[in-house]
This record gives sequence, C-alpha cells and structure tokens, in this order.
Amino acid sequence: MSGTERRMALSAWAFLAPALLLITLFFFLPVSAALLLSFTDFDIYALGDLNRLRWIGLNNYLQLLQSPLFWTALANTGYFVIIGGPLSIAVSLGAALMVNSSLTRFPDLFRTLLFLPVVTTLVAVAVVWRYLYHPRYGLINYGLSLLGIEPIDWLGDPDWAMPALILMAIWKNFGFNMIIFIAGLQNIPATLYEAARIDGASIWQQFRYITLPLLGATFLLVGLMTVIGYFQVFAEPYIMTQGGPANRTFSMVLLMYEEGFRWWNIGYASAVAFMLFTLILAATGLHLWLRRNRI
Amino acid sequence: MSGCWIFILLFALIGLVGCDAGSERTTTIEFWAMGQEGERVQTLLPEFERRYPGLRVRVQSLPWSAAHEKLLTAYAGGAMPDLFQLGNTWIPEFVALRAIEPLDARLQTWPAAALTDYFPGILATNRLNGQYYALPWYVDTRLFFYRTDLLATVGFSAPPTTWNEWLQAMAALKKRDNGQHYAILLPINEWQLPVILALQCGATLLRDRNQYGDFENPRFRQAFAFYLNLFDQELAPPVNNNQMANLYQEFADGAFAIYVSGPWNIGEFGRRLPAVMQNQWNIAPLPAFNPTATCSSTGEDSAVKMSVGWSLAGGASLAISRTSPRQEAAWKLLAFLAEPEQQARFYQLTGDLPARQSAWTDPVLADNPRLQAFQKQLRRVQATPLIPEWERIAQRIAYYAERAVRKQLSVDEALAALNQDVDRILEKRRWLIGRGMTP
Repeated sequence: MSGTERRMALSAWAFLAPALLLITLFFFLPVSAALLLSFTDFDIYALGDLNRLRWIGLNNYLQLLQSPLFWTALANTGYFVIIGGPLSIAVSLGAALMVNSSLTRFPDLFRTLLFLPVVTTLVAVAVVWRYLYHPRYGLINYGLSLLGIEPIDWLGDPDWAMPALILMAIWKNFGFNMIIFIAGLQNIPATLYEAARIDGASIWQQFRYITLPLLGATFLLVGLMTVIGYFQVFAEPYIMTQGGPANRTFSMVLLMYEEGFRWWNIGYASAVAFMLFTLILAATGLHLWLRRNRI
Repeated sequence: MSGCWIFILLFALIGLVGCDAGSERTTTIEFWAMGQEGERVQTLLPEFERRYPGLRVRVQSLPWSAAHEKLLTAYAGGAMPDLFQLGNTWIPEFVALRAIEPLDARLQTWPAAALTDYFPGILATNRLNGQYYALPWYVDTRLFFYRTDLLATVGFSAPPTTWNEWLQAMAALKKRDNGQHYAILLPINEWQLPVILALQCGATLLRDRNQYGDFENPRFRQAFAFYLNLFDQELAPPVNNNQMANLYQEFADGAFAIYVSGPWNIGEFGRRLPAVMQNQWNIAPLPAFNPTATCSSTGEDSAVKMSVGWSLAGGASLAISRTSPRQEAAWKLLAFLAEPEQQARFYQLTGDLPARQSAWTDPVLADNPRLQAFQKQLRRVQATPLIPEWERIAQRIAYYAERAVRKQLSVDEALAALNQDVDRILEKRRWLIGRGMTP
C-alpha cells in the first residue's frame, strides 16, 4: 500500500468512525448483552440481588423447545406469515395494477386513499375493526346476514380469530407494498406492451410474460419485507385479542413481550428473541435461495 | 443542529432555575400514583402542605396500563419515587426486588387501634415475612351485581346466600324466555371466579411454603368442576371480555341477570344503564358454599359468616421506596392519606372504597345502601398466595379454565397440566429456598 492509499484508507475510517461508534454502542453492544442474557435466568429475583442470578447455559433454549406455548406461538406466527404474506402481496399487486391502469380515472386520488390505512395508527384501526367484527352489532356480520349467512363470532371463535386478524393486517399493510409495485410497474417500458399487442398478446399474456418477469426484483424486495414484517406480528393480536381465544392468536413477539415485560423473565425473553432472529434469518435465506435464478 | 443546542441549553437553564426554587428548607416528596387516583389525590394535598409547612408534594400520575413496567424500570434505573401506589398483588414482587422499606418501626408510633381499623383480609396482603411493607390505600373485591327485577320474577326477593340457592336461582333464571338468556356472565378468560370458588371450598392453591401447585387437591377440583358445570348447564355463556362490546347494554337487555364485578362498576352501572333500569339492579355479597352440598366444611360454622362467601382481597397500597432519602417525609404523607377523614374525602373524589372501616361511618358512605354489600363482603376477603409469581400462576389458571370450558381438556387433564406449569414457574423459588435465601 502506498502512502497515498494509506492516507485515503485512514481518512475513510475517520469518516466512518462516528457511524461505526454509534452502531457499536447502540446496536452491537446491546445485542451481545442480550445474547449473554439469554444464557442466564435473569428475572425479578436477579434484578433485586445479582447473587440470585444463575448461568444456565442453553437451558432457556431447551425449555423453550419443550414449552407448548412456544410451539403454539410458532404455529400461529407461521399461519400468519404463510397465509397473510402471499395474500397481502397479491392484494398489493392487484391494487397497484388497478391504480396504474390507463383506464383508472384519478389514479393519484386512489393511490392516496389506498395508502391511508398504512399511515393510520394501528390502535385506532384495531378499535374500529373490533366494532366491525362484533358478533351482534358488527357491520361484517350484518353484511353476511343479508346473504343469509349465520353470524360469525370473529374474534371469539378460536378458528376465526386468526383469519380475522390476517384480514385486518392485509387491509392495514397492503398500501405500502402497493406503492413499491406501482414504482416497479412504471419502470416497465411501454414499448414492450406495444410490441406485445402488435404480436396479438392478450391482456393475460402481457401480464404473464412482461409484467411478472420484469417485476422480479420488486417481488424480491416486497417478499423479503413482508416476510420480515409478518414474522414480527405483535400489535394486532396484542390489541384485538391479547393472544386469545385459547391462545390461537398468540404470536412469537407476543410471547417475547409477555415473558420480558410482563413477567420480567429477561433471560427467557432474550432466548425467544434470538430464536425469532434465527427463524427470520432462515426464512429470508430460503426466500433468496429460491429466487436466486430469477432476479 | 444549532437549534438542538439552543434547546439543550434552554433545558439546562430551566433545570438550574428549578433547583434554585426548591430552597433548603422545603423538602419535596416525589409521589407516584396511578390513573384517576393520581389526578384526584392532588385535591387532598393542600391540607397536607398546610399541616407540614416544610413539605411539598409532587405527584406524578401514571396510567395503570404502564404503571407496573414504569415502576420496575424506575427501580432498575435507580429513579424510584419516595412514595408510590401499587396494586396490592404487586407487593410480593417489589419486596423480592428489595424496593420497599418495611414500615414496622414507624408503625410502632401509631395507636394500636389504627391497624385493627383496616379490613383484616386486605391488611394481610401488605404483610410478608412478618413485616408490613405497605399500607392499604383503597380496597376492592368482587361480588354480585344483579337484576333485582329478574331475580324477583323467579321467586328470589333477596339474593341467594348459599351455593344451593344460587344454583336454584340460576336454573330458574335460565328457564325464562325458553332459555334464550343466560343467568350469569363469567368472562372465560378471567381467573378470579374459579379462584374465589376454590377459596370458598377451603383450597390453599399452593403447598409446602408456596413451592408447589396444589391444584389436584380435591377441594380445588370440586370448585373447578362446579365452575365448569355453570357452562355445561348453559347458565353462563362461554364468552370472554373482548367479545363483550357493551356489557351495560346487555345487562339492561337481560342477556344475563348476575355479573361478578368490583367497585369500579358501581359508578359505571349508575352512568351507563338507562334511567328506567336504575331501580332494577343491586349489589350483594357472594353466596357461601353450603357445607352439605358441594364442598367440605373448613370448620367455620358461625351463622353470620356462613351467609357471606369468601372473595378476593384486592385494592391498592402505598409503599415507601427503600432507597428514598426522604423516607420520614414520605411516611408523613402516607400516614396523612391513611387518616379516616382523608379516606372518606378520597372516596368522594374517586369512588375508591376506603381501606379503614371507621371511614365507612362517614355519611357519604353510610348513606349509600349499595355500599353496605361491599362492607359485608370486605370483612370476608382472602389474599391469594403472597409470592411474586402469583400473577403468572393466575394467568395459567385462566388459561386452563378457558380450555376446560371449551372442552379442549377434561377437568383432570386441565388440573394436571396446570400443576405442572405452576411447578415450573415456582422452580426458582424452590431453588432459592433450598439454598437458604429468602425469595
């Protein structure tokens, strides 16, 4: 390395130093501390007197794997991600196609309206949806009764609570992905569609052979963000059902929150956090691997 | 960026000015209280500050939903207030944290009658390891809110006083309108009623110095089976709290005739029920188990006591922080708020029921007929086990009770699983006791 290169490297480090310092201080240190905590049984007893803290190695993780509550939370979170994620992406894409269509009048207005749920406070949304879902007075059951369908106890029936939460989450979140899809759609050159039309391609063929392939990179981004976001589902069950009925909407982050901040089992909660981290890492890795040839 | 610095300087200056204002002679007591109590207690304080010219009180009002977390973080961060309100079920936890200063030395200076003036069951929740760590501020418990008109139509001019009468009344209430309605509302995600019934049966819930669950004990099992039977007989609807969008509306509609609730609902029922309904509801102490019927007797046979069944000793207490440098001043404020006159005034301000029985002779309480039922019930309350893990255990009880109501588990499966869960929760406690440490 010549003197100039060394000086340049030095100044690069100097410029990076403030950011690196902050990241170390506020990210790497707390995360490492949490990793250490996950190997202890830190709880309120230990908070009062550190002599009552035990180093228990992997016990938190083993206990977690043996806990039926963990598997319930995992299954519920998986349900939410696997059903809610693709549905949410499909709705976003559908909305993006409609807003972007040349037949739609006032596309800006619709784009704004469809984006509104994203910027609305989740708590307010949840309160309104709780009314919509009410078994006796709710608008949704009223609509169903017009079709002659028996009222459904959306949030109280163990089988319906999760679909109800997924429906609400999709409504709340699809606007964000829609905006990304619109950006992706606008990047597709109009000449491609023109050429396809001249060759006699139907609307469906245009969508299948032009739109979908050219949205590949957008799909990857949207897919990753959705998987990460949906794995961390918390506020919807926290506000709407508190994890009930019969724990059927109890999610991983809700488990972490309850253990950590309700029962103050910080060690155990840290173990849940790292378990969730590993899961998300694995899911996103799988996602990238599956799409490795299509970008 | 420069704007930031100006603000920081400004705040620093405000801080300095603030410090100057608090001159050497006055001591400021930092007092944390929750929700409406935190706001309304301010009305009582001018009198306190007049009596102790050197003392000032700064009240910080915390929302109930965040209070527990905030107190724990304040403890972890060494920023505890001098005096604080806490739910009386939290006391064991804060004792385990070593966050509370015991009051025994200071209570020596109190007249002996003052302590016996408290409802004994409530006072007991403030006493751990032979020491008082807090004093009750206000109390709550659970009892019947019922529709007098509906009970009268099925032949009960007075509320039931034994489990047998209670069952008869509920069966009759269920029969009206071809069983369209229910007799009683018991939200299935609550632990309170199964525990109350178990206490009435003489169950201790935990065993061996609270080191193991005791839920397979026949007494608990009987109470639990009685509870589940209320749903099997369709006397109670299998719904949880979240499904009740408008409880008051459904009570007024007669969807159910009895509801087990606490003092906070006296005001709510008065406000939210339609005017025509106001003479159609009342409050009654819980019925006692009938020794010949479902549960075995615990040996108490006084006729007066038999007519009121046990309920839970709830409420909020006041405690002094162990690390506070102003404990003497904080104690003065605590003692002031414990005076019967202040307790009665506090009831007027908040509707919170006084912890001291002599405050109940004040006309504002004595003249309210609905409160008499509370007074009777409060003399017959029991504490749940005084350990930090209790809240967690209670959630497990609620969870397994719900699963049993929904028929996902049989009675025996539910209780065995509950015992297993509770034993796991108490593992740390056993370890501490085994090593001779106080938990």
